[in-house]
Amino acid sequence: MDMFREAKQKYGDPVLAYASIVQDPEKAKAYKSARGKGGLVRSTWDEVVDLVAAAHVYTVKRWGPDRIAGFSPIPAMSPVSYSSGARFLELIGAPMLSFYDWYADLPNASPQMFGDQTDVPESGDWWDAGYLMMWGSNVPLTRTPDAHWMTEARYRGQKVIAIAPDYAENVKFADEWVTCAPGQDGALAMAMGHVVLKEFFADKQVPFFVDYNQQYTDLPFLISLQDNGDGTFALGKNLVAGDLDIPEKDSENAMWKPAVFDRRGGQIAIPNGTLGDRYGDEGLGKWNLQLGDLDPALSLYDVRDDTALVAFPRFDSVDGNVTYESRGVPIKRIGGHVVTTVLDLLLAQYAVGREGLPGTWPASYDDDTIAGTPAWQEQFTSVPAAQVTRLAREWGQNAIDTEGRGMILMGAGTNHWYHSDQIYRTMLVLTTITGCQGRNGGGWGHYVGQEKVRPIMGFQHMAFALDWHRPPRHMNQTAYWYVNASQYRYDTFTADELDSGTGIFAGKGVMDLLALSVRLGWSPSYPTFTRSSLTLADEAEAAGMAPADYVVAQLKSGELKFAIEDPEAEENHPRILSLWRSNLFGSSAKGNEYFLKHLLGTDHALSAHEADPGTRPAGIVWPEKAAEAKLDLLTTLDFRMTSSTLFSDVVLPAATWYEKHDLSTTDMHPFVHSFNPAIAPPWQSKTDWETWKAIAKRFSELAVDHLGVRKDVVAKPLWHDTPEAMATVHGAVKDWRTGEVEPIPGKTLPVLAVAERDYPATYDKMTSIGPLMEKVGMLTKGVSYDVKREIGILRQRNGTATTGAGAGQPRLETDIHVADAILHLSGTTNGHLATHGFKNVEKRTGTELHDLSAEHEGKQITFADTQIQPIPVITSPEWSGSESGGRRYAPFTINIERHKPFHTLTGRQQFYLDHDWMIGMGEALPIYRPPLNMTRLFGETPIGEQNELGVSVRYLTPHNKWSIHSEYQDNLFMLSLSRGGQTIWMSDVDAAKVGIKDNDWIEAVNRNGVVAARAIVSHRMPEGTVYMHHAQDRLIDVPLTERDKKRGGIHNSLTRILIKPSHIIGGYAQFAYFFNYIGPTGNNRDEVTMIRRRTNQKVEY
Amino acid sequence: MRVMAQMAMVMNLDKCIGCHTCSVTCKQAWTNRTGTEYVWFNNVETRPGLGYPRRYEDQEEWQGGWVRKSNGRLALKAGGRVKKLLNIFSNPKMPSIDDYYEPWTYDYETLINAPQQQNFPVARPMSLISGKPMNVSWSANWDDDLGGAHEYAPKDPMLKGIEDKVKFEFEQTFMFYLPRICEHCLNPSCMASCPSGAIYKRAEDGIVLVDQEKCRGWRMCISGCPYKKIYFNHKTGKAEKCTFCYPRIEVGIPTVCSETCVGRLRYIGLMLYDADAVLGAASVENDTDLYAAQRNVFLDPEDPAVRQAAERAGIPADWIDAARRSPVKKLILDYQVALPLHPEYRTMPMVWYIPPLSPVVDVIKDTGHDAEDQGNLFAAIDTLRIPVEYLANLFTAGDVAPVEGVLKKLAAMRSFMRDINLGNDPNAEIAGSVGMSAEAMYEMFRLLAIAKYADRY
Repeated sequence: MDMFREAKQKYGDPVLAYASIVQDPEKAKAYKSARGKGGLVRSTWDEVVDLVAAAHVYTVKRWGPDRIAGFSPIPAMSPVSYSSGARFLELIGAPMLSFYDWYADLPNASPQMFGDQTDVPESGDWWDAGYLMMWGSNVPLTRTPDAHWMTEARYRGQKVIAIAPDYAENVKFADEWVTCAPGQDGALAMAMGHVVLKEFFADKQVPFFVDYNQQYTDLPFLISLQDNGDGTFALGKNLVAGDLDIPEKDSENAMWKPAVFDRRGGQIAIPNGTLGDRYGDEGLGKWNLQLGDLDPALSLYDVRDDTALVAFPRFDSVDGNVTYESRGVPIKRIGGHVVTTVLDLLLAQYAVGREGLPGTWPASYDDDTIAGTPAWQEQFTSVPAAQVTRLAREWGQNAIDTEGRGMILMGAGTNHWYHSDQIYRTMLVLTTITGCQGRNGGGWGHYVGQEKVRPIMGFQHMAFALDWHRPPRHMNQTAYWYVNASQYRYDTFTADELDSGTGIFAGKGVMDLLALSVRLGWSPSYPTFTRSSLTLADEAEAAGMAPADYVVAQLKSGELKFAIEDPEAEENHPRILSLWRSNLFGSSAKGNEYFLKHLLGTDHALSAHEADPGTRPAGIVWPEKAAEAKLDLLTTLDFRMTSSTLFSDVVLPAATWYEKHDLSTTDMHPFVHSFNPAIAPPWQSKTDWETWKAIAKRFSELAVDHLGVRKDVVAKPLWHDTPEAMATVHGAVKDWRTGEVEPIPGKTLPVLAVAERDYPATYDKMTSIGPLMEKVGMLTKGVSYDVKREIGILRQRNGTATTGAGAGQPRLETDIHVADAILHLSGTTNGHLATHGFKNVEKRTGTELHDLSAEHEGKQITFADTQIQPIPVITSPEWSGSESGGRRYAPFTINIERHKPFHTLTGRQQFYLDHDWMIGMGEALPIYRPPLNMTRLFGETPIGEQNELGVSVRYLTPHNKWSIHSEYQDNLFMLSLSRGGQTIWMSDVDAAKVGIKDNDWIEAVNRNGVVAARAIVSHRMPEGTVYMHHAQDRLIDVPLTERDKKRGGIHNSLTRILIKPSHIIGGYAQFAYFFNYIGPTGNNRDEVTMIRRRTNQKVEY
Repeated sequence: MRVMAQMAMVMNLDKCIGCHTCSVTCKQAWTNRTGTEYVWFNNVETRPGLGYPRRYEDQEEWQGGWVRKSNGRLALKAGGRVKKLLNIFSNPKMPSIDDYYEPWTYDYETLINAPQQQNFPVARPMSLISGKPMNVSWSANWDDDLGGAHEYAPKDPMLKGIEDKVKFEFEQTFMFYLPRICEHCLNPSCMASCPSGAIYKRAEDGIVLVDQEKCRGWRMCISGCPYKKIYFNHKTGKAEKCTFCYPRIEVGIPTVCSETCVGRLRYIGLMLYDADAVLGAASVENDTDLYAAQRNVFLDPEDPAVRQAAERAGIPADWIDAARRSPVKKLILDYQVALPLHPEYRTMPMVWYIPPLSPVVDVIKDTGHDAEDQGNLFAAIDTLRIPVEYLANLFTAGDVAPVEGVLKKLAAMRSFMRDINLGNDPNAEIAGSVGMSAEAMYEMFRLLAIAKYADRY
């Protein structure tokens, strides 16, 4: 601040003043290396807004708008506040960083299987279940307000099972405690699946299950098998109309119409409702799940031409490497293809044998040598085989007795692992084959950070300024920090670890795959190119070319590269990061110490080694030294001091929820609520909306001289729920860089669009609703809406702007204006719009849907309504479940009851995933994959071993009892009701090994960093695992470490980002990008640490 | 018969999720002041565990409550008036601040004001007693969720006599939460202990209060209360306690702890009782008879004679109606699923508890039996993770029969409702097996499971 004041004296212009500091290496180093070390200076709003606005102007001008980013999570609990900074940043062309995937809360199994981000039952629907398994979901602790539904439903005779490695708070309520070892849930689920498949699918057929799977899952779809030439076959692709000599061969989108075998007709058939019917004229009226006369064969067993041995992978060997095992499946030979069904493959994968099929099968449930049996899982999970068998039987029988009212609540305990998509898929086998999905009281309840913005459509259009510019810049945050916090430099994941021996990733590392994903348009990437996106537009104009053509030519010639291919170069660094409603450094920043070193340039406790030449990515520029202190400006808006404000260059005082107007919705409750100020924002604090307005205003003034009107080349990945999802036929990967295909924007490259940025008009645009709403309408989840009527109403309700770029448009000046815009522009809160949207969907499905919202067609929820009481929302095409008639919300009920397809390749809930990478990784089908072996990958001490550094244990970071994510760990009452500072829970057995007693000061160390905390020793913890609860903010009673004599770290000081390649697949059916919808997770559960008692218990601060 | 009315509470421990919202909202409302930093009128204990203050249930140590003398009369365990007067300046039977905990705060301002320095600033704990930096080594809820339990929990006074049944090992783990407020006893030993006559029991609703004008700070009430629910305000020098939120109750809204109870486990209602019968009931010979004796003190407002007597005693008509509707009465008298906490203290406590069900032990899971099976129902109770003896030590002076009776009713209700849930005909035999009618069992289910706001208060 002193430097800025001095420079402003000298230069007068704040932009020049800011430039003079960040461009001077000494000055930059001086303030960056002091980050987090006190010395905060008080300022005034005018002065600090001047600084922040000038920084943005400078950075847009010097480096390009996509070098700026914003992060604010979970908009459901305050969409207006979220929209404040998001709207400003998107208007200037800066990306918003995702949160759901970054938090590792996004279950990739959901887009993979349902083609949907996540959709779950409201908590009231737990009551409807006949059988409830809480699996890695600690309901009383993480779903505190709703836990009563679970405790009460037991009184209705619901059976409740808790699956948890420790005696968690929810175990108290369960009929049975299943003590599954951490991260081994896939083995448990697979064994339960084995029993269900054997007893309810192979030994006998249950009509309820058969009917459901014929219509709603991909179990009857045909898969071609590839001849390995050695008597075995490999898993292949979905057989589609375009592969066959049938009438549909020449139909529109024939390569997107997977086939089944029709028992009635005795031949191949293409059912309605596949992705091929979703787009184009021919599919109109056919995109539905009605089977008509078709009788799809779930298995070819009875109608087989022959059997074939198929090689199935398994990953349960001691070293974690893949091995293959051959088992027979019934096949038919059709038009030169050897095909079988998904069910036949699933049975074989789960080792469920049938008479006459060759290969290696288990003799009984007690055979522990074959992957899948109850006895087999016991060696990994320690759960008795007899218990697993009984639970699986009960599960299947309950589904029959209750017609699908069996529910699994899945939580972070099963979802934050590297391979959690596989863990989830094995669990979803249980809920899906038994017909429980799409039922009240049934299916999955994924409860991890999934907070649902019920009025999603209005929110998205306002938050991302889609009323002014499309497309927005949306970035997946995990990849952002993997690259920009230089974490990739320490990654030694190579092809051998990733591709299950198929060679598909030969010679590549994760960073290579990420770069490929970016250049094929699968994943977003900002900063995008090695030059400013504004400069590229200028250059195109100078060259007389259309910007997209120019960029393609430059990429092809190699003169232009993606920034991800040279991330350490200064022109490719992120320069400004703004946080609001977010505590990145106290909560979600996996690899905290990497952030401190490479992003902020301050003290860190990192001791990891960078990858040696043998394990470095091949296709990336690799300077000898990675950049440090990449970021020029970190701004945080908050109402308390956190680990993030501590490191920030600028801290702005924010209003709390009870000092501002906003909306709140969750997926646990069917209401939209409001927040209202109990008091005005005290002292100098402002609401987020007013703060960002002030920044936008000053930015617009400074932009007159410095920026003016510019053209901006926006690279956007291939989006889900658009025809762009049909870019990669058969999921066969071809790289334009190696000449396999041509680089074509929107097909084999990102979509390249041009936005005109009238920078001086930024404030005007922010505070009025733009003209695109009336011109183009809205599009959400593939459904289009005409909103001229709604904009007209908003003109009346909010008034119109009188001057500037927004003249004549509805005003968006106050937080209430924004709230009302969101409510008017969403079907969940505007019955007319919901009905209108359903009518549009009906044209595609040919089935009746609009009656679902017709009961509320005249209902418009306004902000004033929500101030009186929480208002129940309306059934809308924005979501997959129906609330019509006041029923409890359960996902996919519209799909099941109204035969609306899932947004997948087959249009069904999809078990089989035939993308090249999925097959290559051995994950075409649900399968057990154990936690990563950190000893083999990164040289950590094996779990259980002891040495002078203590004992090695698995290191988990579950939710804290009283501070989920970042809020209020520092609250005095809560600290007085617990231990008063950072703690790590450990088993009495582990503690005894290294002489730790309850409340001793301990130190936990691994290659990523050091933590200083106190021990809570308890026999409710399993041996070999410690818990350091999430987000304990390092600024409460954390001493200096014994090792470094520096401030001890936070829970994320011991973690780092590990990207799983299957999460960055794109351009292929349900594997297509959307913000927070699909993407690499910031998983963190596979980590291990050494833990020891501090030699000197008298700690220093 | 002398009819009196008493506000009472029942907490269903089977539903408590241990979130401590009750504690925090109570503290915000009542003890968020200097002098009461360490005070939690409402606290929640993880059991097995030491409680707050530590080992308060060990009356050999603290000498709280009443004892029955050989002549059949009750006396304060801590001794009579003479002994009290002798000790009035040095009350030896009072928990020290260490038995509660040394309250602290943090130098939060450091986080904003720290000058530029070598290391990242941190907020340190500062004692609210001495104002100096301190080492946090105990809190209001130190052994939450069995933290340090293998070290502390063996000293839980309720484990006395059943040490061999409870092992603090991973496979045998069990716990539950016990939320506690003042018991507002019918026979309060705190009141009897007060040399100044400052403690009184309100005639109209039985709420026990401390008259702040009369209190002289002798602290005999603190010793006398076996539940340790009277606290000393070290700023004012007076005793303070839970008021049953009487300013709220008087205008017809529930206590703060109940209003904010996230688990929806608290029930508030009026009980009518015969004041003439209290002393006799509190003086029955065997501790294990106290539960039944106290139940017999209560009067059934469905009995016209009781209603007439109540009217004569000046109890307003709407209060009598309230006693008839009282959910607390239903749970205590009609269904008999609620039990008093420590009847053996002979104070006739008026905050009662429904004991928790809990997972069945591994025996069941290994043999492959299903605890939900009707045939298996009661066998499962015998193998509960929480030993019935432990619950009996809390609620029935060690008599396991009443506790088993309650647990069997809860288990039977689940089995009975399972049929209805699956669309089958209800099986009245299940209700009959625990001595209930099908109708009563369904009504009990509604009260425990639907548990709407209006039904709970």
